[in-house]
Amino acid sequence: MLSGCSAGLRLLVPRRCVLLSRSVTSGNPGRAAAVDGVLSAFRSICGDDGVSLGETVREQHGKDESVHRCRPPDVVVFPRCVEEVSALAKLCHRHQLPIIPFGTGTGLEGGVGAVKGGVCFSLRNMDQILDLHPEDFDVTVEPGVTRKALNSYLRETGLWFPVDPGADASLCGMAATSASGTNAVRYGTMRENVMNLEVVLADGSVIHTAGRNRRPRYRFKALPVSVFRKTAAGYNLTNLFVGSEGTLGIITKTTLRLYGVPEEMVSAVCSFSSVQAAVDSTVQILQAGVPIARIEFLDEVMIDACNKFSSLSYPVSPTLFLEFHGSERSLEEQVNTTEDITQSNGGSDFQWARDAETRNRLWKARHDAWYAALAMRPGCKAYATDVCVPLSRLPHIIVETKEDLIESRLTGHIVGHVGDGNFHCLMVMDPSDQDELHRVHLFSQRLARRALAMDGTCTGEHGVGLGKRSLLCEEVGPSVIRVMQSLKDAIDPNNLMNPGKILL
Amino acid sequence: MHSNRYCNRIIVLPFSVLLEIRVKPDNSGVVTDGVKHSMNPFCEIAVEEAVKLKEKKLIKEVVAVSCGPQQSQETIRTALAMGADRGIHVEVAGKDYETLGPLQVSKIMAALAKKEDAQLIILGKQAIDDDCNQTGQMTAALLDWPQGTFASEVSLDGDKVKVVREIDGGLETIKISTPAVLTADLRLNTPRYATLPNIMKAKKKKIANVKPADLGVDLTSRLEVLKVEEPPQRQAGVKVETVEDLVGKLKETGRI
Repeated sequence: MLSGCSAGLRLLVPRRCVLLSRSVTSGNPGRAAAVDGVLSAFRSICGDDGVSLGETVREQHGKDESVHRCRPPDVVVFPRCVEEVSALAKLCHRHQLPIIPFGTGTGLEGGVGAVKGGVCFSLRNMDQILDLHPEDFDVTVEPGVTRKALNSYLRETGLWFPVDPGADASLCGMAATSASGTNAVRYGTMRENVMNLEVVLADGSVIHTAGRNRRPRYRFKALPVSVFRKTAAGYNLTNLFVGSEGTLGIITKTTLRLYGVPEEMVSAVCSFSSVQAAVDSTVQILQAGVPIARIEFLDEVMIDACNKFSSLSYPVSPTLFLEFHGSERSLEEQVNTTEDITQSNGGSDFQWARDAETRNRLWKARHDAWYAALAMRPGCKAYATDVCVPLSRLPHIIVETKEDLIESRLTGHIVGHVGDGNFHCLMVMDPSDQDELHRVHLFSQRLARRALAMDGTCTGEHGVGLGKRSLLCEEVGPSVIRVMQSLKDAIDPNNLMNPGKILL
Repeated sequence: MHSNRYCNRIIVLPFSVLLEIRVKPDNSGVVTDGVKHSMNPFCEIAVEEAVKLKEKKLIKEVVAVSCGPQQSQETIRTALAMGADRGIHVEVAGKDYETLGPLQVSKIMAALAKKEDAQLIILGKQAIDDDCNQTGQMTAALLDWPQGTFASEVSLDGDKVKVVREIDGGLETIKISTPAVLTADLRLNTPRYATLPNIMKAKKKKIANVKPADLGVDLTSRLEVLKVEEPPQRQAGVKVETVEDLVGKLKETGRI
């Protein structure tokens, strides 16, 4: 989900233009001197073009698409291969400089902010797609490859990588944040689809988490794909690094599990009289074994905004958007079963479509949700929360959240990946209204705690980053935090890897 | 109904293009060894349009033709996986392939169109590696057929084809009679992704092999490439402090 609020707690002080700066200007003089000392060594590794002290470049690499203010690094380096990454990391290790890996900067939790300055490793020049094995359904990519670039490359093979977080994000970045998306209910998240990682650790050593060139698979549901090579060999390091948000190492290659492109797709929309009815339908659809590909929930506030923005005329009530993938015959069965279920829950206005044009029109409301929300209050910025609860608690938390929104006088629209119990509250706010910003912040904290109280998680998809570290403590408890900290201490004893994220 | 009678066969000409362009060290051309080829994006759109027309039951058969070395067969297979019925591979290899240009290809297409008794030829408007934008037009001229180029919308109307063309000033709608040549532009459609079952079915579809000589086509090129070079490297900019500095720098470099 895209979010683009730039409401910071402090304004960036504009600096004077200077002629090609050759040394570091940074808040911390000791660290500045340390970085200055290694600049020529950096340049000898990645070339003069591969090291940047430019203010704009550093600012660009100090923020993502979250509300957190920009925290620029002291220098940005652009390595071209894993050997350069390793050499640069060794240097940073020797001089005790923080290392911040950077993919596409499309994160939503401030994960790339250089809170202690240091060296940003911008990995966009490592953009090779390697080792495609169509018969084994896997491919290995470098960090500069985005998911749309990979799917475009694969289009003649009949394969695709379905994890779709909305933005055109770096696949290695998606692995680092354990990204998910609207397709997760059928195809899983990054956790289930990363088979191996090449990681450069803080001291420069390079490891392959599942062994070099190995492509083991971890079982996920009962998917109708025949070839499964399993492994029971040792600790699951691959999944330790997935979701580690750059705090354990720099991911320089990821091996991904691919799927066959759906033969046919059908999209459907259905309205309900209550959130409960919509969620009940979702539960029953999943229980009936319908391999539904996407099932999205929009509340009546969101539908109203979408109607106005896209000139549609959906009934203004809780709505489910559904997508089915499969062969012609299986689609017929899936759609019929689903229609029966929605009808039995009082669903109305069930529409479905097969051809691409009508499907796109049906789903237009869901696709434009972000912009529709923004259009409700022109000139404002939007912020998306991200919590996940067991499906059974979803109606309850949505109802309570909507009451909270009204009490806090906030404009909020609810969009949910209801098949996973994950929903986002898109809040639109005036960036110059400090009181409103404060209310949004408190509301988000309350929402996260509400989810935790219902056995949920404070972050379904976006990660912990900067802003949810204390919530993480509340979620897993002190003994788990101790284990996480000891893992971090073992792998990165000097806390050079993306300091200040995930763990306090 | 009327349309079935008139439009029986469409020939599409999918071309493969290089995915990565690097100039050879001796500046004689671009590196082709070991570089991945992929179907030209405009040709994908052309194939998609032909398959759509067949799905609407307006035409009976889609034939995919490609000219080039052995690996052109992969491009034909992709077209078959998207829904073409059969393929024709016109073998052109080695030196001939290096000098193969729009004129030679259009001669081949003209010969094939007559041999296969096609009613419509659909091509991509241009290949993204050479940007010639000539093959469709030349083919139409050689056959003395009408042409609907830069098509962003195509509809069959009896024995005529209505084409909406993208032109500089906007959109131009023309009606041309069949047989005709059409070239596909970007907004004509969104090409489908080949699915695994269709790729497997495509392996069983027939690809005929033909040599240019069999079609009576002479491949000699009338062009000689003298030199290929990359565009100049972009130089870094310079920041200046004051307007006087800016004017000074502009005078220094002879701009004013």
